[in-house]
Amino acid sequence: MSDTPKLRLATVWLGGCSGCHMSLLDLDEWLIDLAAHVDMVYSPIADIKVFPEGVDLALVEGAIASDEHMEIIHRVRANSTILVSLGDCAVTGNVTALRNPLGEAGLTLQQIYVDHGDPRGIIPAEPGIVPVLLDKVVPVHAVVHVDHFLPGCPPPAPRIRAMLEALLAGREPAAEGSDMLRFG
Amino acid sequence: MAAKTLKINGTMVSAREGESILEAARDAGVAIPTLCHLDGLSDVGACRLCLVEVGGRLRPACTTAVAEGMEIQTNTDRLHAYRRQIVELLFAERGHVCAVCVASGHCELQDLAVSLGMDHVRYEYLAPTCAVDISHERFGIDHNRCVLCVRCVRACDEVEGVHTWDVSGRGTSARVISDMNQPWGESESCTSCGKCLLACPTGALFSRGATVAEMEHDPGRIALIVESRKVRG
Amino acid sequence: MDLQELQQIARRERERSRRIRIHCCTSSGCQASDALEIKRRLDEAVSEAGLDSEVEVVGVGCLGFCGQGPMVTVEPGDVLYEHVRPDHAAGIVAAINGGTCEAERGDLHHPFFARQYPIVRKNGGKIDPERIEEYIAAGGYRSLYRAINELTPAEVIDEITRSGLRGRGGAGYPTGLKWSTVAKSRGDRKYIVCNGDEGDPGAFMDRSVLESDPHLVLEGMSIAAYAVGADQGYIYVRGEYPLAIQRLQKAINQAKKLGLLGSQIFDSAFDFRVDIRVGAGAFVCGEETALIASIEGRRGQPRPRPPYPAESGLWGKPTLINNVETFANISSIVERGSAWYANIGTETSKGTKVFALTGKIRNTGLIEVPMGMTLREIVEELGGGAADGGEVKAVQTGGPSGGCIPASLFDTPVDYESLAKVGSIMGSGGMVVMDESTNMVELAKFYMEFCMDESCGKCIPCRVGTVQIHRLLGKITAGQATPADIEQLRELCQLVRDTSLCGLGQSAPNPVISTLRYFPEEYAALVPNE
Repeated sequence: MSDTPKLRLATVWLGGCSGCHMSLLDLDEWLIDLAAHVDMVYSPIADIKVFPEGVDLALVEGAIASDEHMEIIHRVRANSTILVSLGDCAVTGNVTALRNPLGEAGLTLQQIYVDHGDPRGIIPAEPGIVPVLLDKVVPVHAVVHVDHFLPGCPPPAPRIRAMLEALLAGREPAAEGSDMLRFG
Repeated sequence: MAAKTLKINGTMVSAREGESILEAARDAGVAIPTLCHLDGLSDVGACRLCLVEVGGRLRPACTTAVAEGMEIQTNTDRLHAYRRQIVELLFAERGHVCAVCVASGHCELQDLAVSLGMDHVRYEYLAPTCAVDISHERFGIDHNRCVLCVRCVRACDEVEGVHTWDVSGRGTSARVISDMNQPWGESESCTSCGKCLLACPTGALFSRGATVAEMEHDPGRIALIVESRKVRG
Repeated sequence: MDLQELQQIARRERERSRRIRIHCCTSSGCQASDALEIKRRLDEAVSEAGLDSEVEVVGVGCLGFCGQGPMVTVEPGDVLYEHVRPDHAAGIVAAINGGTCEAERGDLHHPFFARQYPIVRKNGGKIDPERIEEYIAAGGYRSLYRAINELTPAEVIDEITRSGLRGRGGAGYPTGLKWSTVAKSRGDRKYIVCNGDEGDPGAFMDRSVLESDPHLVLEGMSIAAYAVGADQGYIYVRGEYPLAIQRLQKAINQAKKLGLLGSQIFDSAFDFRVDIRVGAGAFVCGEETALIASIEGRRGQPRPRPPYPAESGLWGKPTLINNVETFANISSIVERGSAWYANIGTETSKGTKVFALTGKIRNTGLIEVPMGMTLREIVEELGGGAADGGEVKAVQTGGPSGGCIPASLFDTPVDYESLAKVGSIMGSGGMVVMDESTNMVELAKFYMEFCMDESCGKCIPCRVGTVQIHRLLGKITAGQATPADIEQLRELCQLVRDTSLCGLGQSAPNPVISTLRYFPEEYAALVPNE
């Protein structure tokens, strides 16, 4: 296996709690095995600022909730061969999307920062610094094509491993049953 | 009692006259997915998950009686695709967020998604505004998680004999309501028996104080109550 | 009441009637355009002209040519006035004796009228629907007398079966077969239900029949009750039809008073009581099982069939449920015989059908034509083609449950089978005409919105599927859809059609499916790369 070129792996953190990345780290010593087969070319746990070109596999955590997410996901899609939605926020919107019934972005911020917040609450508005919220949080596949879905909040480490093993071996991942597929 | 002979997935099966296809299939060890069906309650044929092919035509297994010579298919590709679409539609309809749900791990909707291999929802999430009513001193209802199977309505009406619950509104605006659409805690008819909680397939009805994954329903108790009453005569 | 008395009423009515009758339409449509004031002014004008002994003004039911209303006719003479205003009244009366009249003259020999074959609408525009005497003078209640006194229930059913009449509510189930099922079903009590919950957008056939000739429907129901052994009937009318409800109630009271409804009808052992139930505005209550639930006082929601109402309907009893128009055919069949009726129409679709012609068409109104007439004849000859001289593009039959038929298929004869073959349905009789200015995707979206709003919410495919289909159509019309969305649209349409619990859901995708089939270029124009 050492003869084959290493797979260029990226992990992306959008509108989520980073729990999926924690779960990835829960792979413990298997991560060392993984390192033999992949180059980590972009990740919140690696200090790389710009999503590179020519990525083989991108694992995306989190929903699309802001203009920044929107920009990143299009770049990720354009530069990745396989895109995997990692975890419930990326797959369904999940907790990140709980704000959707509150209405469009302005209304949401009003309710959270002013109506139910500090008596003198202000709505954060720092263009260029604080990302602008989208009116509706959506799962990744509502914006770009997604190749594989890995549900779970977070997906347990063995579930992530099974997916990665399949993809590394060039197989179609086939998640079945409660251990591999369950939401939540 | 007259027996009927029929074929389920190509296997000859005998069934009692008047029995539903669902009962006959279960007796024969063939599982058919259901959601609005609950043993012990009348059937309404609403969720459409138990649709089977009878001579090529789609029929709800819960409300269709067996007949001599019936040829039934319970798990064709077409049925599987329709069932998955239906479960996806449900997930897209309201705020079903398993991660923060009291019933996670004990939820029939969650289990259906697993058994149908649903790894994502293709439809737009509707994200409606749904109320949570915790005015009752012991119980609560979160309409975000309600699938309108009306098992609570039937359990309350048919088993407890009260009919506190019913449905108001129509389409996706339909909501389960208590009495004349007043807060549950102000319902004059509710006996606080908790049978609706037993019957609920999701986390919509819950015991107050239960947190994520702590709410275990016990739908089998409904059938037990109904059966034991029959024995007592 | 016996035959002699009935004939006496008819004779007295004819003697009472004046030589010249001015018929003023007082149906809902014309009332909305001041018909009651027109009638009052006509009455005044007759008195002022001193013609009371010769001329009478009669408020009649619908003449059908609603787009030209308010309408007034003068008989004898076949004089027709259109777009009548109250200030025309004096002129209309003056014209009887050669005076001048400013009101617009119409033509009762226009193809719109001449090509019709009125059976259900035979009394429309001719009699005062609020006077049972006029109905009797027009031959009314003789069929009921004949059925009770000269035919056994089995013979009545046989007559209806042989006539070939099929249910006019939409599905076209053979009426005689339904009657015989109810007759054979065992039950200590049986019910007759008349479905008057007409709800399709653009449909007003049943309203017109109920407003114009309520006794015709009551007589049909009574004959049915005699045939199947029922003693109680309900007419379920939507609350949006106040005039129909009022006239029906009046008709029921009058019939009861004369012993034509109630106990011992025509002094026989046959009892039949009819009550009105008013719908509260849910389209789905036109579905028979939902309608039955609503009459029972429960939430108007359908339930799976079987059992069919014929075996287990109202309160679990055998129930015959037919549509207004179906019942309105019965009296004529009993009077003139099944052979006469079976001679009208096509091999499999007998008799006539009432249609409400609306939309982008020159002649808007109600028509009753023999089955088998082509869409082209209806749209071009009776309807006069597109309203503003444009091109007719398509016609939607069967309302939100129906499909759009393109002009290229206008040689399709209007019968149950032919319409199904081109992807539409007969439905209850709505016929909405579209011209070049209609965007078919927008139209499909309009109908889907209707079904989405009217879905009762019981079954998941209809409740949520219609919402998702509507969203996809919205995305398409906004120019934001992709070819994948079209694929999803097709998939959802199939799901909703195949798996919904009742006819509302099962037929809801029809407008989308038929426009995708016949007007793919209109979708493609809105979806890049499609």
